[in-house]
Amino acid sequence: MVTLFLVLSLLTVLSALCVVFTRNLIYSVLSLIVCFFAIAGHYVLLKASFLAVIQVIVYAGAIMVLFLFMLMLMNLNKKAEASKPFSLKVVAVGVCLLVLVALVSIVFLSAPRVCFAPLAPVSGSVSALGPLLFNEYAIPFELTSILFLSAVAGVVMIGSYGKKAKKQ
Amino acid sequence: MLFWIEKISLVVLVFCVTLVIAMYATLAERKFAAFFQDRIGPDRAGPFGLLQPLADGIKFFFKEEFIPANADRFLFVLGPCLSMIAACMTTAVIPWGHDIVIFGQTMALQIADLNVGVLYLAGVVSLGVYGIMIGGWASNNKYSVLSAIRASSQMISYELAMGLALIALVMHTGSLSLREIVQAQHGGHWNVFFQPLGFLLFLICSFAEANRVPFDLAECETELVGGYHTEYSSMKLGFYLFAEYINMFIASAVMSALYFGGYHFPGLYHIGLSDNSAALVGVGVFFLKIAAFMFFFIWIRWTLPRFRYDQLMRLGWKILLPLAIANMIFTGFLSLLLG
Repeated sequence: MVTLFLVLSLLTVLSALCVVFTRNLIYSVLSLIVCFFAIAGHYVLLKASFLAVIQVIVYAGAIMVLFLFMLMLMNLNKKAEASKPFSLKVVAVGVCLLVLVALVSIVFLSAPRVCFAPLAPVSGSVSALGPLLFNEYAIPFELTSILFLSAVAGVVMIGSYGKKAKKQ
Repeated sequence: MLFWIEKISLVVLVFCVTLVIAMYATLAERKFAAFFQDRIGPDRAGPFGLLQPLADGIKFFFKEEFIPANADRFLFVLGPCLSMIAACMTTAVIPWGHDIVIFGQTMALQIADLNVGVLYLAGVVSLGVYGIMIGGWASNNKYSVLSAIRASSQMISYELAMGLALIALVMHTGSLSLREIVQAQHGGHWNVFFQPLGFLLFLICSFAEANRVPFDLAECETELVGGYHTEYSSMKLGFYLFAEYINMFIASAVMSALYFGGYHFPGLYHIGLSDNSAALVGVGVFFLKIAAFMFFFIWIRWTLPRFRYDQLMRLGWKILLPLAIANMIFTGFLSLLLG
């Protein structure tokens, strides 16, 4: 269990670093996929099999396919890479450091409440999640679905706007 | 210890059976193609051409392994490997038969009974496209990249309808475990009778996900030379072609398990067999159903022409997806009213 956790953590961190440091965008996307798989592995270790499978379907299976799709269409290479001004780089590093501080402080401030022990196998199953989502967390769940619906509507609007402009 | 021996032997057995069936599916395809076109087909190697797949395999291994000069070498090799791995992974959750009792030990004829089996299927199917995308891109060939893009957009479009058809099925059976879904269908209560539209949608989407005619636009030879495997030779090409047949086998197995009762057949418990032999007969029946579906795949390939790309997208988004949503809502209302 512990060795599995260590191997998965190593894989997660290494692939995440690879995403940032590799120059080739396709490799970057592929290492992000590896990273998502490692995170799904962590979910399996925590007995949250539903979450693990959803992680693979949604992130590795759908979103990253779209990413790869886009990169292939754009056909980026090293020559086409735009060089950014130095000031922009400084700002980017600063923002990233702020996000890092925020994330680390969340972990340390909420330490007593985070549970690292594997939960009972039932808690991560669909039959346990369903009632929880539709009873206790019904309102946040419905709000999220409205958010998604508005995103879909936005996409349709942007898509049809382009079509109209072309016709005129 | 015994658990591991049991599981490992089952994994090896399932793997071998899958490969052998995929091998002979190529022969079946060529034989049936010949039949539909009023030819004889391969008949030189062995009696009735039965050794033809072996001859093909040997030929694949002895062909020159060629990697184009400007191809990304690592990804070029990774592509066919991913295709093969994704094709084989699905076999893990398919229940092949009833439990068998050997030397007092109960042995389940299923590698892993996941409580999210149906979702696992959807997940692995969605990964299948990576092999094609990566291989097509790494070849550094315009036709291959076009094919990779076609394959990915096709997969994403048809995955949606497939997922919604699966959701309706899950609403009907009330379980995500493939084993429970199959067990709920005993006594002729096959899901296809309760979910006819869902089955039709799933069938069409399986054709699309397996990249078979009429949905094989990714390797449409009249437009794209050979599509994503234009630059491939030797066993790497063999892997891509083989993965297609494995996908066909798996799709047939999934359809038989989800909609056609899996290893059940009418009268299974009335012919008075012992438990073990009944289970073995069940396995045989399951493989018969799979063979029937595989014949259907081949039949369609040699009788229907290929879609045009815009027709494919229109079918996926404007016909299948609304039908799948309607089917899901209808199933929901029915199970509320009756349940």
